[in-house]
This record gives sequence, structure tokens and C-alpha cells, in this order.
Amino acid sequence: KQWYQRRVAITAGVTAASKLGGPVHALVAGDACQEAAAAAAKIPGIEKVFVAESDSLKGQIAEAVSAVLLDVQSKNNYSHILANGTVFGKNILPRLGAKLDVAPISDIVEVKSENTFVRTIYAGNAVQTLESVDPVKLITVRGTAFEAAADEGGSAATEAVEVVVNNDKSKWLEAKLSKSDRPELASASIVISGGRGLKNGENFEMLYTLADKMGAAVGASRAAVDAGYVPSDLQVGQTGKMIAPDLYIAVGISGAIQHLAGMKDSKTIVAINKDGEAPIFQVSDYGLVDDLFKAVPEMINSIDG
Amino acid sequence: SSGINAEWPLRPGVKVRVRPDQLGVVTDGVKHSMNPFDENAVEEAVRMKQKKIVKEIIAVSCGPTQSQETIRTALAMGADRGIHVEVPKGTEADLQPLAVAKIFAKLIEKEQPDVVILGKQAIDDDANQTTQLLAGLVDWPQGTMASALEHSDGQLKITREIDGGLEDIKVKLPAIISADLRLNEPRYATLPNIMKAKKKKIEKLSPGDLGVDIAPRLTVKKVVDPPVRQAGDKVPDVATLLDKLKEKGHIKA
Repeated sequence: KQWYQRRVAITAGVTAASKLGGPVHALVAGDACQEAAAAAAKIPGIEKVFVAESDSLKGQIAEAVSAVLLDVQSKNNYSHILANGTVFGKNILPRLGAKLDVAPISDIVEVKSENTFVRTIYAGNAVQTLESVDPVKLITVRGTAFEAAADEGGSAATEAVEVVVNNDKSKWLEAKLSKSDRPELASASIVISGGRGLKNGENFEMLYTLADKMGAAVGASRAAVDAGYVPSDLQVGQTGKMIAPDLYIAVGISGAIQHLAGMKDSKTIVAINKDGEAPIFQVSDYGLVDDLFKAVPEMINSIDG
Repeated sequence: SSGINAEWPLRPGVKVRVRPDQLGVVTDGVKHSMNPFDENAVEEAVRMKQKKIVKEIIAVSCGPTQSQETIRTALAMGADRGIHVEVPKGTEADLQPLAVAKIFAKLIEKEQPDVVILGKQAIDDDANQTTQLLAGLVDWPQGTMASALEHSDGQLKITREIDGGLEDIKVKLPAIISADLRLNEPRYATLPNIMKAKKKKIEKLSPGDLGVDIAPRLTVKKVVDPPVRQAGDKVPDVATLLDKLKEKGHIKA
């Protein structure tokens, strides 16, 4: 299940990798990998899938996964190692970078060549082109910046990795994942996002209702998460998730730079805010200056779903 | 004891301007301040000292002369002493995460802390790497994106903010932690504490003193403005909005 939740990011990573030329291999690591390994093997563009399955890898704990990566790297000598630019990839890849003594490159949005990459800085307010001369490039990939690869059509060979990890320093205990039948925020084509204007967590219910009518995911600004209206995995922004849905509806969100960093690549942006001067209107394609407590129920009643 | 990184990026909300030579961002004359995540890190260290989990807090900043100001802020929040690893003014943009991690690794050798807490990401380069790099260099366990910490018996239970929600891990000390925004609410330094902080010691070192080569591994070839998104139209009511969205195919007509 976790695999499919990262689908956009993983297959974007494959697209990025295939721009580098040369064969692409994948590593799946954890305590129960068979489903994920089978899914990876079907992605066109992947030639081989290494499967590292062991209790010591439960929860993909960084100390153990980086040890496995180091082992696979020492035996195969890859030129580039990529991971998705999510918490998962960002947590693990730099630790490997320290072991290999190379400078990792975070959250690339473009591959210019095998040693030149593009990323954003200052919450997306500047775009930086970087060149690396390290012998191995360690890269995390922003999922929204690359086309998702197909999930059928490939037939990679799988190869089991012997996992010998001595990690007595850390232990994964448990995950408290948000359970939802709604589309995943990182990959949904429509996202309805709420900010401080919602005033409390209960009021988010109407966004969930609207989202269900539209087949959308629900996101939030940092302010709404800090205030406890919604859990942290809904946060869209510089220090949350970077997303680029076809349609982003910002409800009661003022549009701070840090929030814009997370959604300004959306194809169509709609803003609903009673403050006509709110910065969000500078990036919205359609702006509705109105009381959200009037507008959102009206949208719910007007849409068939 | 414990150590914290206090980085020195531009103050949040400052408008960023790309340099005319397209090799960086204008920083001259722009206000700098402690990275917000580092504020969370310092605050957590102070709370750990209040709970008697640690005995001493060392605040560390790597940067030009002015980064002493962020160390003073950390001292005013409750850190006991500071270490300023100074780099020449104008070269701070070349100080990349791997170099910073190597500096911290040397400081760990020197000071023997039990816990090192850094902010999860610097809001200038947005890299989110230093904690993980440092943990890998010294082979200590890591707890990144920490939103809650619980100490017992030489171990820390860490709640992390992850992609799908939260997860709990347990690490044995010594460990490296990166603070996320919701770890705590950083305190404001009070005037009496700001005055007291002036008397606390800040040791000054250079990367050379620590034997660290800080030459950047990544060369910045170009820095440009992002594509500008033009503002669209305001719509007068919900009905018009829905019509537009139907036209675009986002909603069934």
C-alpha cells in the first residue's frame, strides 16, 4: 500500500533516471517487499529490481536502508542514485552521501546532463543550476517536475539482496498514517486546500464534502496545521509537500510565499478569500472574493457528485 | 551536553532578488536572522536542560562575523556557551551542507555531546541534508523531521512527520536530531536574558582549525528568477466560477 502511495514520486524518479542514459535499476527495501518489487518490475525503463527484505529494514529505518544501499553500491558502482524527494528519500539519501563522501543534491526539477541539475532555492523564488563533480551523484527528485512513468509494460528481473545489517542504535516502532479513501495529496489531479480562514478543524468537513464530490484530495496551509485543524501530512508548502495538480482550490488561504512554493506549479489555481488584497489572488487564475462559509456550501450544492 | 546549529539565512518574508551576474541571490544589506527551524532546535535543547536530560547547551553557528548575532540569540534563549566557526564574509553561500556536517563532526569529537539538534532545513537552500549527513559521518542514529521527543534511560523516542502521517522511532544516545516546526513553540528572549547572554562565552574557530576542507562540491552555474505566474481574473460569484471550471473540464458539465 505504501508503494502505491508514492507512485508519482517513484515513477517520476524513473523518468529522471532515464534522462541520464544507461540502464536503470531499482532497490526495494523493507520487511515485506514482494508486492512493491512486483510493481517496480512492471515499470517500463527499469531493467533490474533488487529486493532487500528483512525485519531489520522494518519501517525503512535510515540506518539500515543506507547500509543496504552502501552494500549494493559497492558491488555495482552506480553513477547516479536517485530517490523520491519526499521525507522518505530525503531522510535516507544524505546519510548514504556521508558514507560515500559525496554532496547530495536535493529535490531536482530538471536534468540538464549527467552532472548538471536544476533545483529551486528560497522557497522557489530562485532557480539554481548546479554542477557536481562527485564520482557518484546522489539525487532526490521532485515528483511533480517529471512525467510519471507508466506502471505497466516493463518486465524487469528481480534479484534478492542478502541483508546483513547490524543496527542496534535505532528501532522503528510504529506508524500513525492518515487513513483515507480520497486520492493521495501528492498525486491527485484536484486538490482543495484550506487555510487559517477555516477557523477550526470541524469546518474542514465542508472541504472534505466538496472534495468527495469532485474526486479531490484535501490539503492545508501551514497555519491550519500549526493551529491543529488538520494533521501535518496535509501541509502544502516550502516545508511540506510540493504539489502540482491540474486544479488547486485555495480556500481561506492568504498566499504566503512559503505556501505558494508548494502549489504555484498547479495548472489552474482558484482562490476563495474574503480579502480581495490577499496575495493568493496574484497567482490565481480565477479569484472569488467572498465569504468561504457562503461560497463553499454553494459549490457543494451546485455540483453533481 | 548538547549542541545546536544556528544557521544564518535571510529573514523569512524578505523579498529575494536574483543577482545581476546570475550566480546567486542578493544578500548585501538584507536582514538575516536565525533559521526558523533552528529556533525550534534551540528551544528543544533549552527544554531538555530544564528537564535535566542534558547539563549544558552549546550553540554553534557557521558563517561570517554577523552570525555571532544568532549565537547571542541562542544564548539569550538559554544556551550556555557558543562556538562560532567563521568563514570570510561573502563566502557563506559556498558553505554547503557536506562541509557544515564535517565541521560539526569535528566539533562532536571536540565537545563529546550526547545530543545534537539542528533545524530540519535551511530556508535559503531548502536542502534538508545536514542532519542526515552528520549522522552518517559519525555513524550515530538520526531522528529527522522530529515533531515530538521523549527521553528515557539514555534513549529518545522520536515522533517524526512523514509523508503519510506520523511515525515513532527509538534511538540510543548519542544521536542527531532535526527539528520540525511543530516540535515546540520557540520562546522570545527576554531583555534580562539578552543582557545575561552578553557575558556568555563564544569560542571562535576557523574550518582550518578543525582540519575541515570546506571547498564546495557543487558549483552553482546559474541562478535565475522562476517563471512568473500571471494573475488571472476575479469572478463575481460561485456560478461563474463553476462555469469556468466546467469549460476547462475540471468539473462535469
